[in-house]
Order: sequence, then structure tokens, then C-alpha cells
Amino acid sequence: MSEAADPALLDAVVGGALILVSGLCVLCSYRVISGPTNPDRVVALDAIATNVVAIAVLFALQTDRGLFITVSLVLAIIGFIATVAAAKFITEGEVIDEP
Amino acid sequence: MIRTGLEIALIVVGVFFLTVGTIGMLRLPNVYNRMHATSKPTTLGTAAIFFAGFAHFGPGAEGLTALIGIVFLFLTVPTGAHMIARAAEQIGIPFEGSVTWPDASAVDRSDRAERAERTEKSDD
Repeated sequence: MSEAADPALLDAVVGGALILVSGLCVLCSYRVISGPTNPDRVVALDAIATNVVAIAVLFALQTDRGLFITVSLVLAIIGFIATVAAAKFITEGEVIDEP
Repeated sequence: MIRTGLEIALIVVGVFFLTVGTIGMLRLPNVYNRMHATSKPTTLGTAAIFFAGFAHFGPGAEGLTALIGIVFLFLTVPTGAHMIARAAEQIGIPFEGSVTWPDASAVDRSDRAERAERTEKSDD
């Protein structure tokens, strides 16, 4: 294990993981486009948001810049707010209730 | 050396869980099953990748940010999944097969469908 675990292998693994998770995002877009109902589309968009968080962390590992960990945290917050707003819009037809 | 091996192992575990979650979302039959399939494995996979970031950057500023990201994911992803499932149940998407609510009197489906129709009519 200690012989095989050199930084070149880490670079290869991170690059392959980036390509694979990007492909997973493309696969999720199938469910976004042709989901039978609107909640299916929201579930798929939530999965895409979580995958993009993982992509940001992997990019931070690849370029050795810790700034992108913070970027991933902001993306997670945006994804959560988007999911809650979409669920509220599906249920009630509007996000913020007019008094 | 050991740290690099740990990072590689954590990245492999995370990508595996993300793949499982996406395949479940594409293949399962119902919106509730799909929500179940995406929320749990995707959270585990992203948490494993965050742990890889923590192992890479060490317990400094960025590593602690990664740990905060794990806590944030474990708090918010079940909340979002619960809100989507509740919205799907309220607009009247049926359960799969013989699945029922544990207390059948807690879900009065005809009333819900009626109310959804009424709100649709009162839209315009």
C-alpha cells in the first residue's frame, strides 16, 4: 500500500473521480428532463447539487487550493435553499405567501 | 504515504456511493423510492469526499471547513428530502403497490386530492 500510494496515483484517482462524477451529473439530467412528475425533477436537481459539491471538493484536491472547499460549502447552502423553495412552490404554488 | 493512501481510499468510497445513488435515482419506480435512493448514499459519498479533503489539507482552516461541510450535509439533506416527499404526498402522487401509511387515518387522500383540485381551479 505504501509503495503504490504516491502522489502521481493520487492525481490519477482524483482526475478519474472528477470525470466519473461529472458523468453522473449528466445521467441525473435525464431524470430532470423526462421525470414523470415535478417532485422527480426536484429530487434529480438535489442530486445534481450534491454531486457538484463533491466536484468542488475534488477540484480543491486536484489543484491543491483550499479555497474551493469554501466554494463547496456555499454550493451546499444554495442547493438546500433551492430544494426547500422548490418543494414549497410545488405544494402551495408560491414561495413567499402574500399576507 | 499513508495519508495519500487514505485519501485514495476515501475518494474511491465516495465515488462508489455517488454512483449507487445516481443509479438508484434512474432505476427505482417511484418518487419516494428515488428520494430515498438519492438522499442517503449521496450524503455518504459526499461526506467521504469531504473526509478526503480533511485528510489532504490537515486540521487547519480548510480541513475544518470540510468538517463543517459534513455537518451541514447531514443536517440539510434529510430536511430537503423530507420536504420533497411531503410535497409529493400533498399533490397526490400514489404510493407503490401495497405500501400504506402506518396510520391510515392520518392520510386522507381524497380530501387532499379535492383540495389540490380546488387550488388549481382558484388559480385563475
